[in-house]
Amino acid sequence: MAEAMGFFTDTTVCIGCKACEVACKEWNQLPSWNGGANTLSGNSYDNTRRLDGMHWRHVQFIEQFSPDRTQQARWLLMSDVCKHCVRAGCLEVCPTGAIIRTEFDTVVIQSDVCNGCRYCIGACPFGVIEINPVSHTAQKCTLCYDRLQVGLTPACAKACPTASIQFGPVRELQQRAQARVQQLQSQGVKDAYLYGTPGDGHTEELGSLNAFFLLIDRPEVYGLPAKPKMPSRNLFSGSAFSIVGALVIGLLGVFNFRQRRMAQTGDGHS
Amino acid sequence: MPPSDTFFTASPEWHWWVIAYFFLGGLAGGSYFLSALLDLIGNERDRHLSRLGYYIAFAAIVLCAPLLIIDLNRPDRFWHMLIQSERPPLPMFKLWSPMSVGSWALTVFGAFTFVSFLGALTESGRIRWGLARTLNDVVRRGRLSGLFGLVGSAFGFFLASYTGVLLSVSNRPIWADSSLLGLLFLTSGGSSAAALMLLLARRSPNVEPEGVRWLSSMDVSITIMELIVLTAVLISLGAVAPVLLASVWGILLLVGVVVVGLLVPLLLHWRPRLLGNLSIPAAAVMALIGGFILRVVVVLSSEAVQHIASSGGFQWHV
Repeated sequence: MAEAMGFFTDTTVCIGCKACEVACKEWNQLPSWNGGANTLSGNSYDNTRRLDGMHWRHVQFIEQFSPDRTQQARWLLMSDVCKHCVRAGCLEVCPTGAIIRTEFDTVVIQSDVCNGCRYCIGACPFGVIEINPVSHTAQKCTLCYDRLQVGLTPACAKACPTASIQFGPVRELQQRAQARVQQLQSQGVKDAYLYGTPGDGHTEELGSLNAFFLLIDRPEVYGLPAKPKMPSRNLFSGSAFSIVGALVIGLLGVFNFRQRRMAQTGDGHS
Repeated sequence: MPPSDTFFTASPEWHWWVIAYFFLGGLAGGSYFLSALLDLIGNERDRHLSRLGYYIAFAAIVLCAPLLIIDLNRPDRFWHMLIQSERPPLPMFKLWSPMSVGSWALTVFGAFTFVSFLGALTESGRIRWGLARTLNDVVRRGRLSGLFGLVGSAFGFFLASYTGVLLSVSNRPIWADSSLLGLLFLTSGGSSAAALMLLLARRSPNVEPEGVRWLSSMDVSITIMELIVLTAVLISLGAVAPVLLASVWGILLLVGVVVVGLLVPLLLHWRPRLLGNLSIPAAAVMALIGGFILRVVVVLSSEAVQHIASSGGFQWHV
């Protein structure tokens, strides 16, 4: 297997230009939403709204302003993407084998295998996957698997003008990201931290993320869960409760039958 | 702060086809294991009643597969659930994916219900095919009957419960916030099946009253169990439970499931003179309505509570 490849998204240098969104759409030939008609969401400059089957990159515009603009006034910008989890919930539940782990340790949905059962959509802890209305299959970022196979950088990272999206071997990116956090903290940005690296206190259950982020506020502010979990956490307990329930119902059947027999015997004696 | 990390996820948009499948799957599994139990521990006179259960199980299972296929975004690829599309005819099976195991269980259980259905038709004299009679003599009357009933029951129990486990093995609000949904669907499937069998038994003159009494006591026992499990589910939801109960779905759960589907049928079983001859059929109909509403609430409330939480003052963007 080739070295694990991924994204390091440094949200502190994102300028919200959406070049990543456009590059992703162009390269992957993703359709436009709403037939191309431009509708405004009313949520800041964010008219993409969310990640889904047609939007594999989504630049979030988070406005943090106090009512009179004097206490607090800042923008948080983040180019969100599939996290390519080391332990991926979508891959775990997929019943058709459409979702695979590639030689780059990324997670890819094979559109020609997916039958659109949509189980992966509810299993993803980040709400990344949705149905593409053209292919009628579940789709998400492939980390430009086709480009990786020929040694190219993914389209979004290539297009990013501020190096907010950095692509490379995950180990190398993690070291670079740690250095960036130390640099920011030494400059007074004490809240800077990494979300999605080993030992980050958030993503341990997923075994960290191959697409990780440098954040300066709580994960929930960016629409990320504080403790994302694997769907299989309920598999053993849920099955065990059901088996116990089945045994209890079986015993109830035998018990109720004995009651009936005793009642019949009683009737016979009387 | 949202009440759970499950509120950051997207909905698979499973709606009415899936709800109908969950309900019919529960009925099929429940009626099959009640009938198999009757065959295993009952006597010859109970066979009329057990045949009724096999008819219900087969009728329900025949509808299940089409409902699941219709719900797929690519129905033409339904077979990818069972066969590796890239390496046919190798089977596609993932032990840790409830949908994968469920697809196989539905297929195998379908075969069990078909054989039992044929056997029931043969026994009742409705068909006189030599092959069906031979099959019935071997698997339902002969030495293998006990094993056949046990294995079939196990698949019946599985089909009635795995749909709840499937929901729990996700990251969605309510579904993944409790690991008791499988048990809840199992008890609901059992009580709904007992209710439907009781309802139909009234129209079957050959059914012995002893069998009906056993089924009635099973209905009461499983309904009480369902009430306890439902309470446990609400407790296990933790911080998500208040969001659910404060919504219209919570009211539907309390009125449609707890009162109409569980408490009133229990009362009618306890005091059958309340509605005279109509008590047991009324209890059965209400139990069936409650069982259906339970699936509606569990499946649809997940999207609804997420919407309520995100539009009801939770500070997503501080």
